Amino acid sequence: MAAYEIEIILNRQLADCLSIPVFITDILGNLIFYNEPAEQVLGKRFEETGEMPVEEWSTVFKPLDNDGHPMAPEELPLVKTLSDQCPYHKSFQIISLKGKKQPISVTSYPIISRSGNFLGAVAIFWKQKLK
Amino acid sequence: MKVKLWGVRGSIPTTGPDTEKYGGNTSCASVAYDDHLLVLDGGTGIRQCGGAYCASKRIDILLTHLHLDHIQGLGFFSPLFDASKEIHIWGPASSSQSLFSRISRYLSPPLFPVLLRDVPCKLELHEVSNSVFDIGPFRIQSSYIIHPGPTVGYRLMRENFVFTYIPDHEPALGSHGMIQNPKWVSGYDLAEGADILLHDAQYTKEEYPMRRGWGHSSIDDAGLFASITSAKHTLFAHHDPSHSDAFLEEMLASFKLSSDVSVELAMEGFEIELT
Repeated sequence: MAAYEIEIILNRQLADCLSIPVFITDILGNLIFYNEPAEQVLGKRFEETGEMPVEEWSTVFKPLDNDGHPMAPEELPLVKTLSDQCPYHKSFQIISLKGKKQPISVTSYPIISRSGNFLGAVAIFWKQKLK
Repeated sequence: MKVKLWGVRGSIPTTGPDTEKYGGNTSCASVAYDDHLLVLDGGTGIRQCGGAYCASKRIDILLTHLHLDHIQGLGFFSPLFDASKEIHIWGPASSSQSLFSRISRYLSPPLFPVLLRDVPCKLELHEVSNSVFDIGPFRIQSSYIIHPGPTVGYRLMRENFVFTYIPDHEPALGSHGMIQNPKWVSGYDLAEGADILLHDAQYTKEEYPMRRGWGHSSIDDAGLFASITSAKHTLFAHHDPSHSDAFLEEMLASFKLSSDVSVELAMEGFEIELT
């Protein structure tokens, strides 16, 4: 069995220490790890699901723009990062598991190895602070 | 192929009766087959390796990383100063500086009187990353592993025999220690099913929490790594300079109370023929 490269392993180990939801994908967008705070967003437990193909986990979220209109996948930070290997940040809304609109911000960044290879991407979900 | 250990101490050389049995020289091992010689790391142990043992014209030195305890002996490796020798130094690529530039920071004044570019031997440097390459009869796999700065481990293969060399490694770095799934274990591919695995086991379980992030393993984590990778026999190495021979043997005895992994303490002068 081939192990992940250490840049991926270290990102998981970091995510495991954080109190904010973190999702890690491979270069195709397949979800290879999500931490405990992300389990609450996803409504699933990593121990139970293991890795999830992009088709499965991407349908969990229903992103809406600030006017409440559905967003195209290519507008989402993680999708853009997977597309061009650049970092992105965007604030929008998602429909929570309870069916409520939840304003969030998402930061995504590519995992570029020491050798310069693109290995995957990380998406961090931030709850928007009320002003 | 014959494996020999020339230095198994971690961090800094030690001398004196307390560390005489397992040895005080820092990291160095060699793997020989016919007239081909690979030298792993250039800690202070490499000085003794540089004598009659290095009769072959070509010698390949494989550095895991450039911390001082892995290169301190390079300047005292006599074949470097022999114009008839062809020396190839392999080491981990960095994203910023060349291997030559980084080694030269040590092998240059004021730290050393002779510049690397001035050594008389025919010298070639090669940068490795997650690589597979051949040297003579050996196929070698290198992979980056968890340790501060660019660091690789090596898997040396000849025919069906495998020797894996990972003297500095902290696969358990993280809030919950090692993730016990081979896909998520740093260095797994290097060590899987190895006949002999040499692995970092610098600390006791009690010492490790105070040194988390320094790049080394507790003896228990080293044993867990050996178990996950199904290594056939493991040499615990990179002994802490503060650990006496007696203390190391106590560590091993304590470890064996809770593990049936085949292990022993790496010892300077240890030799094994894999046939």
